[in-house]
Amino acid sequence: MSVQTIPVTLEVNGHNHSLHLDPRTTLLDALREHLGMTGTKVGCNHGTCGACTVHIDGHARLACLTLAAAATGHSILTIEGLAAADGTPHPMQAAFVAYDALQCGYCTPGQIMSAIACVAEGHTRTDDEIRDYMSGNLCRCAAYPNIVAAVRHVAGAV
Amino acid sequence: MQPFTYVRADSLDAALSEASQPGAAIMAGGTTMVDLMRGNLAAPSRLVDIGHLPGLSEIDTTGPVLRFGALARMADVAEDATLLRDYPALSESLRLAASQQLRNAATLGGNILQRTRCQYFRDGISNCNKRVPGSGCSALDGENREMGLLGTSDQCVATYPGDWGAALAAFDTSVELRSVGGSRTVPFAQFHLPYGDDPAHESVVQPGEIVTAITVQAMPAGRKSTYVKVRDRQSYAYAVVSATVALEMDGDTVTSARVSLGGVASKPWRAPEAEAVLTGRTLTEAVALEAGAAAFAAARPLHHNAFKIELGRRAVARAALLASKRT
Repeated sequence: MSVQTIPVTLEVNGHNHSLHLDPRTTLLDALREHLGMTGTKVGCNHGTCGACTVHIDGHARLACLTLAAAATGHSILTIEGLAAADGTPHPMQAAFVAYDALQCGYCTPGQIMSAIACVAEGHTRTDDEIRDYMSGNLCRCAAYPNIVAAVRHVAGAV
Repeated sequence: MQPFTYVRADSLDAALSEASQPGAAIMAGGTTMVDLMRGNLAAPSRLVDIGHLPGLSEIDTTGPVLRFGALARMADVAEDATLLRDYPALSESLRLAASQQLRNAATLGGNILQRTRCQYFRDGISNCNKRVPGSGCSALDGENREMGLLGTSDQCVATYPGDWGAALAAFDTSVELRSVGGSRTVPFAQFHLPYGDDPAHESVVQPGEIVTAITVQAMPAGRKSTYVKVRDRQSYAYAVVSATVALEMDGDTVTSARVSLGGVASKPWRAPEAEAVLTGRTLTEAVALEAGAAAFAAARPLHHNAFKIELGRRAVARAALLASKRT
């Protein structure tokens, strides 16, 4: 059967995008396959790895478990929207570089989106609290100690 | 994922009308529903998105009846200072569940309706009476370390996975349901169904019904309560065993006790046998362990999961001792 599409408007990094999507399309696939924004990564694609973490209305959420249609009317922030207009990296991006908080880098966009929310919501009182808040983001290279250090650095700077 | 028509409801009446259509399913936060659809474990022809409905996300944790709107987000409720002070077990059950990203999306109503994480159910190919009634149960003689040992049957040994539901079972909890036909309130103890011969049906929710609120009778034991969760890793894992204990005490003597279990049973599991052991006794470690043993007296262990009996006994004991120290 032919699949019907529905109009979906997504506000991503401050810009509105009007799309026609199969209702089954997730926010993750809409970002990557329809908007060409491949910074948000596909990992497990069922909510266990955190590679697809974006912000929806300021909260860290999983784009793989969010239907694009359900994201209409909400403000979406992805890794592509973090740097300043002149290209200066977001402080969390800079901290991940400074603290070598990655190896292969595949989980990094999701890690950084969670890390920014972790600091913004004040869950940085101890390293254990950072680890617990960040536990939804897996890193198969196990850069965890350096990720915690990067988060702690940014938390201390704000 | 099978094709479906997406409908975003902008009022409860509209949602109820849409939900009454044949083939309709409800989605709120989406964390469970999208995952089930992707695995072809749910295949609605009409997906009714109630995640944007106004008025169903308020909570009241101060009155004689605690009231949780079904669309309240787990993360928001976990941060509620009154709940943390007066009902720490409920707060902890939310904070220790899932990951931050999931807690930000998942709703309290959806949470109590989440389906088992049994691998033989989820894989879509094994024999599973829950997924394909009559096909058998691959878990019975399979890798059953994570399976349940209370409330199970010869047809199904899968566990109810939720933390929030496991903790709610220790309290006088009810679930409010609405449909185009009206509303009804179901005691939480009757909300989830025992497996018996029909493990495919897990709750009393009928097609067309929407969970609108969860209510909990206020009680003093809420303050002396805790949720102990034992996991294979420290964060972001389902409970291997969990124990909720809420106590009223006169000095060192327990005057009233509530005990429930998670990760070990087919549904959120109240343990009146453990409550009976605790009530009227001076709370010592030995009494706490005796209560833990009573909670598992009816356990039906499988090949790989008998360890949960001892682990669960100790989890109950630890929860009782921790709860007794709360003020």
